[in-house]
Amino acid sequence: MAMPKALIIRTAGTNCDFEAQKAFELCGAKAERIHVNELLTSASKILSYDILLVPGGFSYGDDIASGKILANEIKNKLGDKIKRFALSGKPVIGICNGFQVLVKMGLLPDPELFDQTATLSYNDSGRFECRWVYLKNEKNKCLWTKDLPEIITLPVAHGEGKFIAANSETLKEIEDNSQVVFRYVNADGSKADYPADPNGSVNAISGICNDKGNVFGLMPHPERYVYALQHPAREGFDGKYGCGKKIFQNAVDYLK
Amino acid sequence: MNCVNIEILKLNDKELINLSKKNTLSLNLKEMKAVKSYFKKLKRDPTDVEIETIAQTWSEHCKHKTLTGVINYSGADSKGKKVNITYKNLLKETIFKATAELNKKWCLSVFKDNAGVIEFDKLNGIAFKVETHNHPSALEPYGGAATGVGGVIRDILGVGLGAKPLANTDVFCFGNPDTPAKKVPDGMHHPKRIAKGVVAGVRDYGNRMGIPTVNGGVHFDDGYMANPLIYCGTMGIMPKSAIEKKVKSGDFVVVAGGRTGRDGIHGATFSSAELDKESDVSAVQIGNPIVEKKVLDTMLKARDLKLYRAVTDCGAGGLSSACGELGESTGVRIELEKVPLKYQGLAPWEIWISEAQERMVFAVPPKNVKKLLNLFDCENVEATVIGRFTNDKKLTLAYNGKTVGQLDMDFLHKGVPKTAAFARYAPLKETLRKPVKFNGTRIRESLKKVLADSAVCSKEQIIRQYDHEVQGQTIVKPLQGCAINIWGPGDAAVIWPYAVIKNTKKGIVLSNGINHQYGKADTYKMTASAIEEALRNAVAVGANPDRISVLDNFCWGNPEKPEVLGSLVRAAQACYDMSKKFGVPFISGKDSLYNEYTIRGKTFSIPPALLISAMGVIDNVENTMTMNFKRAGNLIMLLGITRNELGQSVFNRINKISGGIAPNVYPEESLKIMRGIYKAANAGLIEACHDISEGGLAAAVSEMAFAGSLGAIVKLGAVLTKENMTDAEILFSESNGRFIIEVKPDNAKKIKDIFKGSAISIAGVVTGDCKVEFGSDKVYISEKTGVLRSAWQNALNLF
Repeated sequence: MAMPKALIIRTAGTNCDFEAQKAFELCGAKAERIHVNELLTSASKILSYDILLVPGGFSYGDDIASGKILANEIKNKLGDKIKRFALSGKPVIGICNGFQVLVKMGLLPDPELFDQTATLSYNDSGRFECRWVYLKNEKNKCLWTKDLPEIITLPVAHGEGKFIAANSETLKEIEDNSQVVFRYVNADGSKADYPADPNGSVNAISGICNDKGNVFGLMPHPERYVYALQHPAREGFDGKYGCGKKIFQNAVDYLK
Repeated sequence: MNCVNIEILKLNDKELINLSKKNTLSLNLKEMKAVKSYFKKLKRDPTDVEIETIAQTWSEHCKHKTLTGVINYSGADSKGKKVNITYKNLLKETIFKATAELNKKWCLSVFKDNAGVIEFDKLNGIAFKVETHNHPSALEPYGGAATGVGGVIRDILGVGLGAKPLANTDVFCFGNPDTPAKKVPDGMHHPKRIAKGVVAGVRDYGNRMGIPTVNGGVHFDDGYMANPLIYCGTMGIMPKSAIEKKVKSGDFVVVAGGRTGRDGIHGATFSSAELDKESDVSAVQIGNPIVEKKVLDTMLKARDLKLYRAVTDCGAGGLSSACGELGESTGVRIELEKVPLKYQGLAPWEIWISEAQERMVFAVPPKNVKKLLNLFDCENVEATVIGRFTNDKKLTLAYNGKTVGQLDMDFLHKGVPKTAAFARYAPLKETLRKPVKFNGTRIRESLKKVLADSAVCSKEQIIRQYDHEVQGQTIVKPLQGCAINIWGPGDAAVIWPYAVIKNTKKGIVLSNGINHQYGKADTYKMTASAIEEALRNAVAVGANPDRISVLDNFCWGNPEKPEVLGSLVRAAQACYDMSKKFGVPFISGKDSLYNEYTIRGKTFSIPPALLISAMGVIDNVENTMTMNFKRAGNLIMLLGITRNELGQSVFNRINKISGGIAPNVYPEESLKIMRGIYKAANAGLIEACHDISEGGLAAAVSEMAFAGSLGAIVKLGAVLTKENMTDAEILFSESNGRFIIEVKPDNAKKIKDIFKGSAISIAGVVTGDCKVEFGSDKVYISEKTGVLRSAWQNALNLF
């Protein structure tokens, strides 16, 4: 396949689009940062891309609730294209605010249902926090996290990252179906308390995917750890790179 | 709504002053008379729009009248000798002069634009600006601080043709957070309430803008209870081709971003008024970061498409300052009714001087207007043509077709009469006190108290609320440690702009220095120490000391008082001396004067505070350093001479010891050591590096130990001192010019070679047993790293 082409959707308040673009480019993909207004005038353009990324930030100021307005805008105006994209099996990722957007429009955990069955609410600490965390890469079906070690580190920076499922059935389904991708843990993989678990998510859930494993949402920021230099102690994964790069690489390689 | 004439032609002196006070013009009698005689020549009274325009343009905030006016100074010179000097323009004769004399070719734009710009690499420059937002934050902490951040970001968007912001910094001075409620002055917020509001404001604006807040500091003193100091800084990067702007006659004036409302009326003039319980909250602006973020996204696109010829931000004075500045050499005509409003009912003068936020003003060639408006429109940014640059060198204001004001640009910008002020200063007479003899137990208790003091203790609970990692380029972070367990206090931050500049290895270092305590002895020492501390902090993470530039931010009391102005003159002298001796140019600066508060007729002035913010370039970011100890068995080496300088120290304060000598600066000694560190760092010989500042050697070693979750043994006999000093004096003296470095035993000889001729000693060793130990033939002190860490981490309780 020719060089895969990633679509990075941005809007007012999107912040992490540049570093996401750089991460894709580092992994051999082309990436375009496109304003949502442009997609509204040519919705079918979405399907010409191979990868879809909704980046971090504060879309529309996170007014009402984090990611809610952009989620509604995309769902109501571009919903069928986005759903088709997700169901086609192409890689989709939502990072931080992007995860909030995917969950709030209902593309996660089940894009076929395409209805909101979970949310990301205020951190238990009651405030925005920026810190590095340990994540356990659970046995899962996600194409984005293939061949990652069992414990990895990434930075988080959010005020609304507490994952909550709408009800116990939904939670059970996500768990039983191996859709939990990352959990906050201690360095040794044991159950974490605050601050190692920065937000108090149910079952310490930090990232989930859909049943097929192509749609992935997570609160931590893999695009902020693509080089070893970005790690607080300069620890690398795969030489001079960081484990965040592997996440982007997996999606690019999947398309090759 | 329409404009009215303000009668001034027939007013006497007293009535002129009353008018100035009543309308918050903040103009003095001399200035009011200059206005009167200008209109006398025109044979008419001014309109409200005109007089407000003059007041904004001539405000201390916009014009820096005190620092550029005539000052007759009598007091100490740089060597302490009593002299009488007349400064015709203090800034030009000290700070600007040093920069001009240093004449660094890598200084690309200094003291003329919204920010200072230095060279980053062949093609790019980096811009840095720090502003204060003290008065607004005192009245409305959240909004005041948020718009402080928003304002300084716009300075970076408005430098040259606009730079892309890469990082924010913030430094605060508050009253003591544990002040009893009844001690808080009437009408003022409690320091804790101010601190909480300010942090939240900075957090919510900075985080939403997607700009990492990477460096700062928080300081406490009762003197800042009614007048907190809020310093906000932004650094950005731009192509060198975008550094110059030039308006042409015939260009259209376009305002883009936020709408104009009644918020922030008289912000510029109000900042020169003393606060009291009647101070007007409507002078505080209301911010909306997402509006500004949209402007940022779109205007940088427009810049790269070269759609405009000049840009500046609407800051103090609003449109009046922005349009007045851009049109200074051409003339400009504005149609005020075209300015988009938040709501109806604003008088023309309110539209003109409102400091409503998130607005930028552009000079756009006629052929590009449509393209530019369209580009903004595509991303829902409101942009409107509000006027046109002329060639009559006049400022003309129209409202619904009627002229409501017309002023000569020359009068507006150059007509302000020079102030003449008196200044005198005598530094505190310092004497060495009798030796401080503490036994081991008292030293250990002091160490814990020093670490828990608000000047030294951890600021983690604030730092973590800021996104310091967004953009992914913060590679030396504000918190440092082993693996991802980071809590140690980093000396400076390093930004690696890999996402903006392809394949670059270069980095930008940001640091600061401030210590108002030393000003209680001598503002010369305070200034020299702040400059050295900023440099030390930058060098400690790997900056090249010969590629650092600095900004000055003076926060002082009422300069009409000779002692207050005298202490400022003395600080400016130190700026000149240190700038020259360290070879470090000032590239931009700002002053905030009149930080005073009146209670029941008694006026309180803040302790003078000078913030020095440093920006430097690092050639290879891989050679940057952090401050946590890395490995047991490595050597602890001490650079620099320890002097008996406990005056105004944390140690003296907590032990209620008075007297002593506050730290001096010895530039030749220090610069040599700084150059050595840069050399050693690039040779890969340093494992960890930390500067010694508040709390002295004892605090610095403890911080390095608990940041690395390791221990340390330091022999006090190995510390090089200038005179006979007791153990407590050695441990807690705050002498400038000192660093601690961690070195592998195998590299010790190479290090010693590099620092030949400087004060260097092997003072101890890093240990694995998680204890910090200091020993001499007289005392032995040992404390668990964990105990020290929790004293340091749990001291500040703001939230």
